[in-house]
Amino acid sequence: MKKLKLNKDYLITYGMVIGFYILMSILKGTGNLSSLFSGLLVPICVYTILAVSLNLTVGILGELSLGHAGFMCVGAFSSAFFSMCMKDIITNSFVRFFIALIISALVAALFGIIIGIPVLRLRGDYLAIVTLAFGEIIKNIVNILYVGKDSDGLHISIKDSISLGLKEDGKVIINGAQGITGTPHDSNFTVGIVLLLITLFVVLNFMNSRSGRAVMAIRDNRIAAESIGINISKYKLMAFSISAALAGVAGALYAHNLSTLNALPKNFGYNMSIMILVYVVLGGIGNIRGSILAAAILTVLPELLRGFADYRMLIYSVVLIALMLFNASPKGMEIKEKISPSRLLAAKKQTKEVQ
Amino acid sequence: MKKITSMLLAVVLGATLLCGCGGAATETTGTDTATENTSADAGSAATGATFKIGGIGPITGGAAVYGNAVKNGAQIAIDEINAAGGINGAQIEYKFEDDEHDAEKAVNAYNTLKDWNMQLLMGTVTSAPCVAVSEKTKEDNIFQLTPSGTSVPCTQYENAFRVCFSDPQQGTASAQYIGQNNLSSKLAVIYDSSDVYSSGIYEKFAAEAANQPFEIVAAEAFTADNKTDFTTQLQKAKDAGADLIFLPIYYQEATLILSQADTMGYEPTFFGCDGLDGILGVENFDNKLAEGVMLLTPFAADAKDDATVNFVSQYNTKYGETPNQFAADAYDAIYIMKAAMEKAGCTPDMSASDICNAVKGAMLEISVDGLTGAGMSWTADGEVNKAPKAVVIKDGVYVAMD
Amino acid sequence: MSFLNYLINGVSLGSVYAIIALGYTMVYGIAKMLNFAHGDVIMVGGFVVFTLSTRMGVSPVVAVLISIVVCTCLGMTIERIAYKPLRSATSLAVLITAIGVSYFLQNLALILFGSDIKLFTSVVKVKPLVIADGQITITGETIVTIIACMIIMIVLTTFIKKTKAGQAMLAVSEDKGAAELMGVNVNATISLTFAIGSGLAAIAGVLLCSAYPSLNPYTGSMPGIKAFVAAVFGGIGSIPGALIGGILLGVIESLSKSYISSQMADAIVFSVLIIVLLVKPTGLLGKKISEKV
Repeated sequence: MKKLKLNKDYLITYGMVIGFYILMSILKGTGNLSSLFSGLLVPICVYTILAVSLNLTVGILGELSLGHAGFMCVGAFSSAFFSMCMKDIITNSFVRFFIALIISALVAALFGIIIGIPVLRLRGDYLAIVTLAFGEIIKNIVNILYVGKDSDGLHISIKDSISLGLKEDGKVIINGAQGITGTPHDSNFTVGIVLLLITLFVVLNFMNSRSGRAVMAIRDNRIAAESIGINISKYKLMAFSISAALAGVAGALYAHNLSTLNALPKNFGYNMSIMILVYVVLGGIGNIRGSILAAAILTVLPELLRGFADYRMLIYSVVLIALMLFNASPKGMEIKEKISPSRLLAAKKQTKEVQ
Repeated sequence: MKKITSMLLAVVLGATLLCGCGGAATETTGTDTATENTSADAGSAATGATFKIGGIGPITGGAAVYGNAVKNGAQIAIDEINAAGGINGAQIEYKFEDDEHDAEKAVNAYNTLKDWNMQLLMGTVTSAPCVAVSEKTKEDNIFQLTPSGTSVPCTQYENAFRVCFSDPQQGTASAQYIGQNNLSSKLAVIYDSSDVYSSGIYEKFAAEAANQPFEIVAAEAFTADNKTDFTTQLQKAKDAGADLIFLPIYYQEATLILSQADTMGYEPTFFGCDGLDGILGVENFDNKLAEGVMLLTPFAADAKDDATVNFVSQYNTKYGETPNQFAADAYDAIYIMKAAMEKAGCTPDMSASDICNAVKGAMLEISVDGLTGAGMSWTADGEVNKAPKAVVIKDGVYVAMD
Repeated sequence: MSFLNYLINGVSLGSVYAIIALGYTMVYGIAKMLNFAHGDVIMVGGFVVFTLSTRMGVSPVVAVLISIVVCTCLGMTIERIAYKPLRSATSLAVLITAIGVSYFLQNLALILFGSDIKLFTSVVKVKPLVIADGQITITGETIVTIIACMIIMIVLTTFIKKTKAGQAMLAVSEDKGAAELMGVNVNATISLTFAIGSGLAAIAGVLLCSAYPSLNPYTGSMPGIKAFVAAVFGGIGSIPGALIGGILLGVIESLSKSYISSQMADAIVFSVLIIVLLVKPTGLLGKKISEKV
């Protein structure tokens, strides 16, 4: 019985995403979608994927990560680098982007493992601060990374582009703080939605798999899980690297949506990691569908507030606080409970999941 | 079980969606949503007898100071032009959108302006977002003039031009100026390695330095996350015996460098680019610290010509601040657009694409006298031809060097 | 000689981190929350002093006192509005509202004061200490900051050990539920912690702006994060840990800038943090704390 219900619950989530896609496509096809909104469709996919993938770490694995943007950064740069190198060789944009996506996922997963091995030994807020530190290190290094290509192959430097010693025909691909310029515009809404569906599929299935249950057992009681023979490090690392890989995919989607890619504090710094965390917490920790909705709403919200000009971000911050108070405080819960008595159970479950 | 929350959120999302479609319409001149969007898609026909000029730049976030300067500088030019009868007899409508110095947000801002039926774009202010937006303006064939996007790819397409110098121009010109005037034999550079503008200038400067009679004895960097303490960088420059420090950075950090060098008792010559302009306008800044600072800048707020005096006083009355070079670039940008549009004979009923085709040709023919240069003209790659002015700060004012 | 200079630069920077970290660690120890708005309270403290003393000509001492009062009230208001309703919720929920508060303060300051930087006139009138024939200079700000750090550390430790309110804090930090059963007013204790933490933020703001005299709406955020790192470094919740962590962080930052690479200073600082945490998972002084607040 339970399995059936769970599946139904998941179907609603998939249905919601597909429904959104169909609705948007119809609106776009009939010319009823503003340029602003059609421009926002890919970013919405990027941030929902990020939110869902972080939820795997925060909600399912139960560890607070403040470095998720670092994985996004790794994915973005590795895939954009590949696309820049292969721009002239692979002309079919679909094939090129497909390979780029796989590369981004693999590289991000690799970073997830490298970072995960030391980090996952720590607990709680110490783990959070170390992930934050890794995110900042990644951003810092990408900012001073220079990679160029000429007939001799690749040249790498962490000083400046002159020290690459490129030949006449050489081209600087990653130019330090100036980043990568001219990434082909391979992302689109359809690809974004497909990637979101894949992400959902991976995460939801993982949750329901043997490994996923092991991970949740570790989250709920590490010692008990260990005592029944669950290999803690292995499962933790598994969840963490899957989460990183998915963030890398989101990064690739992000990079191929804009023609310029820089590692700024704004897009790959701890601010972004925190923003993704906001989506997860606001949507409900462990609640995948909530993450999607929260990410979508908070991506659209600042754009809708443009009419307020200078007061835009001020209002945004107030809305953020208010939403959080409404969503998590006992008073806000009371109001919600009035709407639905079944909410009570969910709230209880939520608090348990968090611990 | 979490259905209710989800439903609730879904409703909100639905509502925001509707707002998203409607929002664009409420801010325009009052056509209904349907025609608004279809006309935007077709990229044709503005609504009234006005030109719609959009602007994009950061007005919140760490780079807000530059975006605000551009926003205000352009506003002054537009008010002047409107009061004097507009362009080809048509008034200008002006709308400025925030991009938070982020490429993705800049594209959102651009799309917002497109929904508003923007015909020309003045922006964006900062380089990285500018590159992202130039991709879009090229796609839609909308004329783009950036007041201050210095990196080379900002103007890579034929529809994009800039008012300021590009990074390579500034880096090379600075190295040549220092070399030709024998200002130093051993110099140090302090630059922001996380900033496109700063690292771009430094790179070209270092490349050109190889051909010049001086030696770079210390090249020290800082990052956006690490810009309060410069004593270590200064100490290294001092220990290396540098008698001149090249600062291809913005004045905000430069004020700190100057005051920390002063505390250390280190007194080299400081040499900067256009980013240093504005340093004398910083509230509560001790101008004595900036004594002897040299900079290559196209604009100086203390210049005594009528145009500058008029602009500075208007800016001061309106916004209570002394304008910096960004504001001046933006002011010029609007007048450059005006000159090009008049040359091309644009009318407000032309589509953005038609205006773009006409204006990009006209840009190559016009010559504009502005605050940031006399007789500015443009080449097809979007670069401006104008003479950089070297100024030195003496007794708290800019004095032109020979 | 230059090594000593780099070291002193590092200590100056580190002492500022330390004083911010004291407030951070205090709030964390009691309320178990990462108060991301702490850095922005520092910025508010800076602006209050700037407005009063530079713009209105109030004497610096009065201005500093007023700013302490303003920040204390601000801290308590923030706690009351944004954190208290979430006391029973997860600590993550509070983290999010803290970020909301941080955005709010930044954008409010942006609207009130504009985005351009303001140069802050140092309120420290102590003369710099010059040794070894002027080759080494220790600025007055550094001396004052270090002394202030010491005083605050001693006062806080005494306060926690000797007073009833301090004991209550200790109890709440150990076990909220048990403390409540023992008759400790948990809400009042947490409020008091925020009041003290924010008052310390005002002092930190003044000293930060005196040492590095530029002020804009985002002044507090990066030092805030660095100080947070410093607090973790020293063992979060531990008062002497915050001091040591802050100064070490400053020294490492300065030395790596001078001897390794100025571009990679951040990466190096964070790497050292990671290594320290891997060896001592609760920070330098995290284990031995009996004075954990």
